[in-house]
Amino acid sequence: MTAVAELMDYAEVVERFDPVLGLEVHVELSTRTKMFCGCANLFGGKPNTHVCPTCLGLPGALPVMNGRAVESAIRIGLALNCEIAEWCRFARKNYFYPDMPKNFQTSQYDEPIAFDGHLDVVLDDGEVVRVGIERAHMEEDTGKSLHVGGATGRIHGAEHSLLDYNRAGVPLIEIVTKPITGTGERAPEVARAYVTALRDLLRAMDVSDVRMDQGSLRCDANVSLMRKGASEFGTRTETKNVNSLRSVERAVRYEMTRQAAVLAGGGTVKQETRHFQEADGTTSSGRTKETAEDYRYFPEPDLVPVAPSREWVEQLRATLPELPWERRKRIQQEWNLTDEELRDLINTGAADLVAATVDAGAEPGEARSWWVQYLTQQANAREVELADLPITPAQVARVIELVKSGELTNKLAREVVQGVLAGEGGPDEVVDRRGLKVVSDDSALLAAVDEALAAQPDVAEKIRGGKVQAAGAIVGAVMKATKGQADAKRVRELILERVGG
Amino acid sequence: MTDLTRLPAAELAAKIHAREVTAVEVTQAHLDRIAEVDGLVHAFLHVDAEGALATARAVDADLAEGREPASALAGVPLALKDVLTTKDMPTTCGSRTLENWVPPYDATVTRRLRRAGVVILGKTNMDEFAMGSSTENSAFGPTRNPWDPERIPGGSGGGSSASLAAFEAPLAIGTDTGGSIRQPGAVTGTVGVKPTYGGVSRYGLVAFSSSLDQAGPCARTVLDAALLHEVIAGHDPLDSTSIDAPVPPVVAAAREGASGDLSGVRVGYVREFAGEHYQRGVLGSFERALGQLREQGAEVVEVSCPNFAYALPAYYLIAPSECSSNLARFDAMRYGLRVADDGEHSAEEVMSASREAGFGPEVKRRIMLGTYALSSGYYDAYYGSAQKVRTLISRDFAAAFERVDVLVSPTTPTTAFRIGERVDDPLAMYYADLCTIPANLAGNAAMSVPSGLSDDDGLPVGLQIMAPALADERLYRVGAAYETVRGPLLDRVPELKGVSV
Repeated sequence: MTAVAELMDYAEVVERFDPVLGLEVHVELSTRTKMFCGCANLFGGKPNTHVCPTCLGLPGALPVMNGRAVESAIRIGLALNCEIAEWCRFARKNYFYPDMPKNFQTSQYDEPIAFDGHLDVVLDDGEVVRVGIERAHMEEDTGKSLHVGGATGRIHGAEHSLLDYNRAGVPLIEIVTKPITGTGERAPEVARAYVTALRDLLRAMDVSDVRMDQGSLRCDANVSLMRKGASEFGTRTETKNVNSLRSVERAVRYEMTRQAAVLAGGGTVKQETRHFQEADGTTSSGRTKETAEDYRYFPEPDLVPVAPSREWVEQLRATLPELPWERRKRIQQEWNLTDEELRDLINTGAADLVAATVDAGAEPGEARSWWVQYLTQQANAREVELADLPITPAQVARVIELVKSGELTNKLAREVVQGVLAGEGGPDEVVDRRGLKVVSDDSALLAAVDEALAAQPDVAEKIRGGKVQAAGAIVGAVMKATKGQADAKRVRELILERVGG
Repeated sequence: MTDLTRLPAAELAAKIHAREVTAVEVTQAHLDRIAEVDGLVHAFLHVDAEGALATARAVDADLAEGREPASALAGVPLALKDVLTTKDMPTTCGSRTLENWVPPYDATVTRRLRRAGVVILGKTNMDEFAMGSSTENSAFGPTRNPWDPERIPGGSGGGSSASLAAFEAPLAIGTDTGGSIRQPGAVTGTVGVKPTYGGVSRYGLVAFSSSLDQAGPCARTVLDAALLHEVIAGHDPLDSTSIDAPVPPVVAAAREGASGDLSGVRVGYVREFAGEHYQRGVLGSFERALGQLREQGAEVVEVSCPNFAYALPAYYLIAPSECSSNLARFDAMRYGLRVADDGEHSAEEVMSASREAGFGPEVKRRIMLGTYALSSGYYDAYYGSAQKVRTLISRDFAAAFERVDVLVSPTTPTTAFRIGERVDDPLAMYYADLCTIPANLAGNAAMSVPSGLSDDDGLPVGLQIMAPALADERLYRVGAAYETVRGPLLDRVPELKGVSV
């Protein structure tokens, strides 16, 4: 076991140091095919079934650029307020690793397709932080290694490794921020808010699945500290394996407290790659490289330069959807929300989901209440992001519609949602399978009412005597007998009819 | 009966299509000749008699049923350099690393040959991964020059050219990165053409130096080379660097040239291609050729291309740089030679040991040169400078082609040297490509056509003709015209049957 790192109290960290962040986000594009060949770009699948000579790097095979991927890269660049290169090239990044079939990654180096932009990020209290974007460039993903036999799932200690090249050649966009300074104690929050904003943006653009849990959005967090008043950045570490929004925040915070302790103890921070441990929220040192990695970049001779015409770029600019923050401004007005209500919406990550639910036909108030209350509880219970719950806005809208038409009670509706979350299908399917329709057949209800009245003659007597509120007990009994599938209002009517009549 | 192995491809095709002989008879005649002489010549690494006869039978069947031949060369046998992938034959690139590797896919050139009904006899010997000028760097033993079995047949495509001179095949495919088609053509008294870069698809051509590699036709006559050029050339969507333009009218140009008239054609000879590295007999042959071109009506002038002096050093930075990256994929993980996989060694160790065992000294030398040239801190001085030289050479060509239609030079400074003579002196070996390299660096078209025998040693000399990019037809017009005045040559190749060394 590695020694437990010493940590500095967070309040002291931010009192003595200024954090500097740099975030590198890799986004897998959801194009139909891979970056340089015609293989299907699909998550999962039987290992090594979406492969061909090109993505396996067989001798003689050549890459051909995926035009859709270039289009997505340009659109992402535009949405991030970047300049779009008039001419750029791919480069080869040379290093050996078994999951990389050619032993070089086709990437972009000093000529990225998009550069010099920014993304405005809204924090929980409404403060806006502008994060500078250094560049967004295109590259291909590697295959996946599965290390078998070790305790950690990492290569050390493994007995053997399996390689799956289905992911090799999947188009990636790497988005790199400029150094983020001046955020002080809010640095971890800013990091999280930035990745969240980026995810929402990419989702709205429909260019990626942006599923952190599946690796279609991955974040590497560079963190360094400088003493208050210093002007030069400190040595940074790069933390990988940060697989959720919450982890982004935790990883940055942990690195700040760890580095501060090292510096305060008179030590120096080692420039290295670190791995985030989801279980305890710590980071651990990756294998230290004895020599600096030299990737020997040079322009990829197998591909022609990319020279997007200005007309094309403008056409693509016109295809940008309403961006999430613009949409939020609009919904605040349309739904008449206070700043605080809007913030709740945003903080729960529900704004876009609610909007999408409204777009699917639901009434804004209902949509908001489902996402902000019941579904947020479900997400918290499952420890996932709201957006990662396996239910779509359209499905939520359908549930709301079923309640409105009287086919479901609120209680039944929650059960239907549980069914959807459990993977039993869409709302209608769950209703059918679980038999959750409201019992609206009066004769069936009457039988249950008569039975309940007969079972509690004293209560029946009270109602007859004018104590209408006593009917509640009978309603309860009927609901129990019908397993909650009755419309309580109708049951009450029937009871009064029966007793009174 | 005529010896079918002595006929040019055009005549063989005419006889086959007129059904005077069958493709099977033609194929069998060449297979018999291979059986007779290849033990000495060693032009082939693999002979596929069954596959060849099957193709020939299919061509004969088509003709018997009255169908049009699939191409002008349907039924004609061909020798394919072992650097182009074939899914029914091994593709070794002359390397231990790929011994017995059978690719799962055909190169585009291979596919086009098959589609044209060309009969592929087998795969020809070459310097390992096309690195060399003598075919001595083949892991499977050298090829011998049919003019003198003690001498080299040139390289890297020595096998392809030797097969032509030994009458084992009337047609062959070569690849030319720095002269690997033209220099073997010159020293074996055969025709070899490096088309304009991008004129013939590189898909399935196992890469040595991607920005320089170009496949092209080898034959015993200029017309035959033109016919083969038309079969293999043309846009290929699988190769991003493939030119999307009509194939230059090379066959028409070769037929036009056969009139022998070169009136109005401006020919420039490059002043810089003479001096200490040139054999007297080679320069004598070149002078004679210039006189003959003048007599044919060409206007012959001297031009200067001062930057050609830097071509060789620039080439030996660019080609090794690209090769260091291209050959990185041979890591023993997915295909090819694997050693030390005994459960005791890590993946990295297995990779190192396999590369150590699988690559020959020249390949290792170039990988190391290239790795160094691309490394951080040296890139600008080496790779970067070499790219600038490349631009200067292109400018020299552009300036020259404003004054003349084609440039001419000796193809190679000397005739065939003795096997073993230069193996310990890589620089002497590199000088063999002194005149051929500029056309690769600039990407334009060039041909070597035999210009008779050298006065001092009686061995074949090549005349190099160079044309601007996309003007390949000029090579064929001038080459075919020159051929009419040069006189017969290959009937002077000594009888090889029964010779042993």
